[in-house]
Amino acid sequence: MRIQITNGHVVDPANGIDKPTDVFIADGRIAGIGKAPAGFAAEGTIDASGCIVCPGLVDLAARLREPGFEYRATLESEMAAAAAGGVTSLACPPDTDPPLDEPGLVEMLKHRARLPEFAHVYPVGALTVGLAGQRLTEMAELAEAGCIAFGQANRVILDTQVLLRAMQYASTFGFPVWLQAQDPYLARNGVAHDGEVAARLGLTGIPVVAETIALATILHLAQETGARLHVTRVSSAAGLEMIRAARAAGIAVSCDVAAHHLHLCENDIGYFNPHARLDPPLRSLRDRDALRAGLADGTVDALCSDHTPVDDDGKLAPFDEVEIGATALELLLPLTLKWATEAKLPLARALARVTSDPARILGLDAGTLGVGRAADICVFDPKASVRITREHLKSQGKNTPFLGMELDGEVRFTLIEGHLAYSAPMG
Amino acid sequence: MTRNPQLNRNGELQHLLTIDGLPREIIAAILDTAEPFTEVAEREMKKVPLLRGKSVFNLFFENSTRTRTTFEIAAKRLSADVINLNINTSSTAKGETLLDTVDNLAAMQADMFVVRHASSGAPYLIAQHLAATDRDHIHVVNAGDGRHAHPTQGLLDMYTIRHFKKDFTNLTVAIVGDVLHSRVARSQIHALTTLGVPEVRVIAPKTLLPTGVERMGVRVFHDMREGLRGVDVVMMLRLQNERMNGALLPSPQEYFKYYGLTPDKLDLAKPDAIVMHPGPMNRGVEIDSAVADGRQAVILPQVTFGIAVRMAVMSMLGGM
Amino acid sequence: MPLPPAPELCRRLAELMRPHMTPKTALVGIHTGGVWVAEWLHKELGIALPLGTMNVSFYRDDYSQRGLHGGRKPSSIPFDVADAHIVIVDDVLYTGRTIRAALNELFDYGRPAKVELAVLADRGGRELPVAATYCPHVLSLPAAQSLNLERAEDGSLAFTVVEK
Repeated sequence: MRIQITNGHVVDPANGIDKPTDVFIADGRIAGIGKAPAGFAAEGTIDASGCIVCPGLVDLAARLREPGFEYRATLESEMAAAAAGGVTSLACPPDTDPPLDEPGLVEMLKHRARLPEFAHVYPVGALTVGLAGQRLTEMAELAEAGCIAFGQANRVILDTQVLLRAMQYASTFGFPVWLQAQDPYLARNGVAHDGEVAARLGLTGIPVVAETIALATILHLAQETGARLHVTRVSSAAGLEMIRAARAAGIAVSCDVAAHHLHLCENDIGYFNPHARLDPPLRSLRDRDALRAGLADGTVDALCSDHTPVDDDGKLAPFDEVEIGATALELLLPLTLKWATEAKLPLARALARVTSDPARILGLDAGTLGVGRAADICVFDPKASVRITREHLKSQGKNTPFLGMELDGEVRFTLIEGHLAYSAPMG
Repeated sequence: MTRNPQLNRNGELQHLLTIDGLPREIIAAILDTAEPFTEVAEREMKKVPLLRGKSVFNLFFENSTRTRTTFEIAAKRLSADVINLNINTSSTAKGETLLDTVDNLAAMQADMFVVRHASSGAPYLIAQHLAATDRDHIHVVNAGDGRHAHPTQGLLDMYTIRHFKKDFTNLTVAIVGDVLHSRVARSQIHALTTLGVPEVRVIAPKTLLPTGVERMGVRVFHDMREGLRGVDVVMMLRLQNERMNGALLPSPQEYFKYYGLTPDKLDLAKPDAIVMHPGPMNRGVEIDSAVADGRQAVILPQVTFGIAVRMAVMSMLGGM
Repeated sequence: MPLPPAPELCRRLAELMRPHMTPKTALVGIHTGGVWVAEWLHKELGIALPLGTMNVSFYRDDYSQRGLHGGRKPSSIPFDVADAHIVIVDDVLYTGRTIRAALNELFDYGRPAKVELAVLADRGGRELPVAATYCPHVLSLPAAQSLNLERAEDGSLAFTVVEK
């Protein structure tokens, strides 16, 4: 099918395009930008008047909850959310039930996700069996089944010798290792940033040193093993500073932050708001500002949704008992735009953090509108505001601290390999 | 941020969840209302008919006979019907959630829940749930949640201080002990600063202080002698048994030596300083018997005033 | 007929009561205006038993509509109520509900031999079967007005009529 996207403004950070022009799609691939390829006759057109046309978003962390947690969300519900959010590629963490530690599970997930209207799914395999931090998984087999990296989601490997071996083994094959930095002892029973708000509300704190101490260990081991390290969900200014220093010292390390941590801080816990219970915890305003600056200057490589749908019951409990996480697949784009506006960043630079940059971390030829690449495209109206309501959210998880808020940036069309995966209801 | 959930749209007290953010006028009104109730306790007929026909449920998810009893007496002296539920062993163990329990009791026409829970914020959850289900006429009184707040204790402490010291605006008050784990300390700090006490001190080793405690408006002391110098009020905190031996403190003996209130340390405070304790006391751990039973101790008046203050809170809520 | 000044009403009330006072008579003023009147009568009539005061806000029947109102003043009944001759003193008699509350409260202290009511003025508008034993002045005020007794810094009493 040949499609022409007309009247839009194309922003393609990977190719430095930022101008009003048309996009031509043929056989699921980008056939041309600006100029129609010879003999192109469109069978369908998409009117992108007033809209931005950009690569489909690449999300480094979206929990689909399959297998094991279908009461919280299903592949169908979360894929609908991804399409409605303009997300066309996503990595899913291994903390399913059972965890993604066997090739069969990964194959099943890949198989289930193979529908044309579904975003491309890239599983992150478990680094250790059962994420228990003791035995290595069959990483090479898992990679063949489709895993693009190995990690522990937000579980830790307590035994540093196992961690060393896991990173050595992964680096043997050149597999990236994705790790979240939090010392479990310093974070014991913790539910919020160890700061003013936790002190006032009487919540057990997770100090910043829980992140920096774990980060020091991980960075040293990355240097030692030469593993390709990606640090997930950096939360503090101090942590970010360590990553900056490690890079300066020649350690190959990339990192991401979650969209929530870019916009919220400990104060947003308010009166025990269960939707502000996140991992890592929302930290101080100063930390938040450092993350924003780090993402702008490239110290932080990518912005992800850290999408974690939780059922309503999971949030109806006292703060220290509620399920952790927030739904965010559909909020990734508006939250990126909000950040760009507030930080006065060029749109292309902001969109790079959710398209070409995360694609690079995944080692994918995605997040670009380069001719010949898969036609994964997001068309959105940057001026249209959307009220985030339970009804509006396609995700089965309605758990977001942004509920009730108006955010700018409405996705009009999402194409996955040239297939129209989502089009906004008219009017 | 959402509206302070304990005040209604007119700024009146709807629930009592914390002292943090409570306007000074409301604190003063509670203390003023408590005053005539002290007299009711001295009568032969210790009952007034204010809450006649109302049902007060004492919902204790964490056992505390002592606190529950004070609320029970207060409610009964207001002629309410009181139903006590200790839930830590019964329904929640069978998988019933906190809100299931609340829904069940609300269906039994409860007018007020007095809630004690081990998790900070649990009474907020209940209040928000009642609001979300249009049952705003049911009032929630926080009887202690996790480390967060114990507002009636904070209020009765303020009543006691006002009784003995008359004015808050010229006082130096020291809070001594395990501030980190103490909901009482948090409520005291908020109440004292709201009422205009110019200097609130906290005295404790670093392991028993929350991060950033000074941002709650207190001066931090680690040396008890230095911290007690010239104070008008000494508020001792209880040290829970499980904190005494381990990573927070080496031993009760060492704690008593450095942070226990002894007569010689108390001598550093003003001669007319009063000594308070929320009870139950660990004699020989945080307080010496000579002080606990001494002329400066006002620990038993605290208990008496506690009933009047709880009557005041319940009657102010129940009349809404 | 214009309302006479409060001090004159006080004197007339005292003269109405004087013939009926016995060594067993006690006065109980209702906060706040009733206490002022009772204090004056107590001295004027040379009552031997100490003066009682009552804050009846805990007994009011409009609690569920209006909430708890009333000052910090506690009730104080410093004599044995049992078998006493008690005169409840208030400034103005209106609906009768305050007196109902006062009687309820009084009976929580014991069983008096006899209870009477003394007021400076009866403004009409009764909602309960209550009547004053001693009352020097009766008038009729519309419901939209209230009759308030105020005490100046020098202790002198005066009535004001306030539109509600």
